[in-house]
Amino acid sequence: MSDSADSGRADSGQADSGRAELYQQVILEHNRSPRNYGPLGDATYSAEGDNPLCGDRYTIDLRLDEDGKVAAIGFYGAGCAISKASASLMTETVTGMGADEVTALFEHFHDLVRGRLDPSRHAELGKLQVFSGIWEYPARVKCAILSWHALSSALAGGGAVTTET
Amino acid sequence: MQSGSTAAQRAAVDHPAVVLTAVRDDFPMLDRLVHGQPLAYLDNAATTLKPRSVIQAVADHYQEEVANIHRGVHYLSQRATERYEATRERVRDLLGAREPEEIIFTSGTTAAINLVAQSWGDANLNKGDEIVVTEMEHHSNIVPWQMACRRRGCVLRVLPILDDGSLDLEAVQRVLSPRTRLLAVTLASNALGTVVPVPTLAAAAREHGAVVLVDAAQAVAHTPIDVQALDCDFLAFSGHKLYGPTGVGVLYGRRELLEEMPPVAGGGDMIRSVAFEGSTYAELPNRLEAGTPNIAGVIGLGAAIDYMQGLGFDWIGTRERRLLHAATEALQAIDTVRVIGTAADKAPVLSFVVGDIHPHDLGTIADGEGVAIRTGHHCAQPVMQRFGLPATARASFAFYNTEAEIGALTRAIHRTMEVFA
Repeated sequence: MSDSADSGRADSGQADSGRAELYQQVILEHNRSPRNYGPLGDATYSAEGDNPLCGDRYTIDLRLDEDGKVAAIGFYGAGCAISKASASLMTETVTGMGADEVTALFEHFHDLVRGRLDPSRHAELGKLQVFSGIWEYPARVKCAILSWHALSSALAGGGAVTTET
Repeated sequence: MQSGSTAAQRAAVDHPAVVLTAVRDDFPMLDRLVHGQPLAYLDNAATTLKPRSVIQAVADHYQEEVANIHRGVHYLSQRATERYEATRERVRDLLGAREPEEIIFTSGTTAAINLVAQSWGDANLNKGDEIVVTEMEHHSNIVPWQMACRRRGCVLRVLPILDDGSLDLEAVQRVLSPRTRLLAVTLASNALGTVVPVPTLAAAAREHGAVVLVDAAQAVAHTPIDVQALDCDFLAFSGHKLYGPTGVGVLYGRRELLEEMPPVAGGGDMIRSVAFEGSTYAELPNRLEAGTPNIAGVIGLGAAIDYMQGLGFDWIGTRERRLLHAATEALQAIDTVRVIGTAADKAPVLSFVVGDIHPHDLGTIADGEGVAIRTGHHCAQPVMQRFGLPATARASFAFYNTEAEIGALTRAIHRTMEVFA
């Protein structure tokens, strides 16, 4: 539903409650104490995500079990609070999922951060819903999806991805 | 039309105390709110706001005098041609060039540098020749030379910068050599603010017979420029960083060099005669301005130069130095702030980082407070690599900025520190 993106802050001369509201407690907390942070010793898949416009850069390491589900995942690198919290929440969420589930969730998350999906109708997003307001900050959407691009590249066999393609 | 002086220019003479208010009144953008807050526009290094006289000059062209230049015998075409060429003369005067034919209009600094790289470069660069740039160049004064090096088999060499962001002048003799064919150097760094001692570098380059190109995109709004004193062969700038419209820029070139430059773009306006057996080219400057140019933009640039010269670089320079000093002190008083670029001689550009807070997070929160700053690598990734940073925040000032706006910036920094505490 791209109508939300059109009706947003087109004229942002309007008062709002401040841009700090993007930085919800969950995001700040995951930025401070990221989960699954650090390289994975026995990774079977790995990929790098790079946003050259921001200088954000993360590596996603991954180990799949015999059933093809995510047995372990780690991420490391540097970037803004949005990209780091998103990577951290992603690693928590996808642990135990198969590649198809991850792909489906990434599609929903992609729609969520662009304001094209009603989060209340997608319970599977769980904590990822904290990013539901980010479509109002177009310059920051790439920060939220950087690690997801790296993850899908890792699942596809690895390599580097960039937000600037 | 817009030949009369502005309120600001009159006030500057009669009532120095009200100059700032009058100047701010010349810029309609300064009245607007962003996210319900008064706009504190501190991104002047990216582009400057436009005074009414520039907006009016562009509007007047479209509303009252639209015509193409250099061809019609009708009245409007002659008027448009006169106004277009009058700007060429204003630019000549602004830069201290000898002749108006040495002023080539382009779409901006990037196009001007690429024109030199492609035209002069392909005609003059040979295998093994060296092009020297500095570590603080904007990407637009790096990439065209890398491309030229690839085409011509040349080598790109880099003059390093020191920890304070100034140029390492001791390296000049080491890096320049008889193989140096061209030195391409910024007059003021957009990422650090550093003002480069171009005449010193140009003298060193001349000893080796090298040609000197100056990127004045960042300097042109802040300091008077004299191409003779700079001792440069080429100089490029963009209108939009000089309070003029986007999409118009200037290449200055010494006539001897421009005369030898083959046109890169062929088409209308750049020819003397066309036949299928072969065409002959027009004289300078038209030879290097193929196609209908940005006529309204050039006319707007003329109005911008009038406006700047009305205020005078003395007043502009004094005011901007004061703003830079006040902002530097205000930010350095915050103990988590680290200023990047502390050279003695700086354009009003203040690059900084706040603790381990990513500049984009600071930029987003500052935006919510109505404070427009730039965050990122500022199209100068080698500078970021030099300082080991992925990005910085950058506040850049113009004469219309105020101490109150610096206060808004420091409040935004404190607010960001609270959010990330």
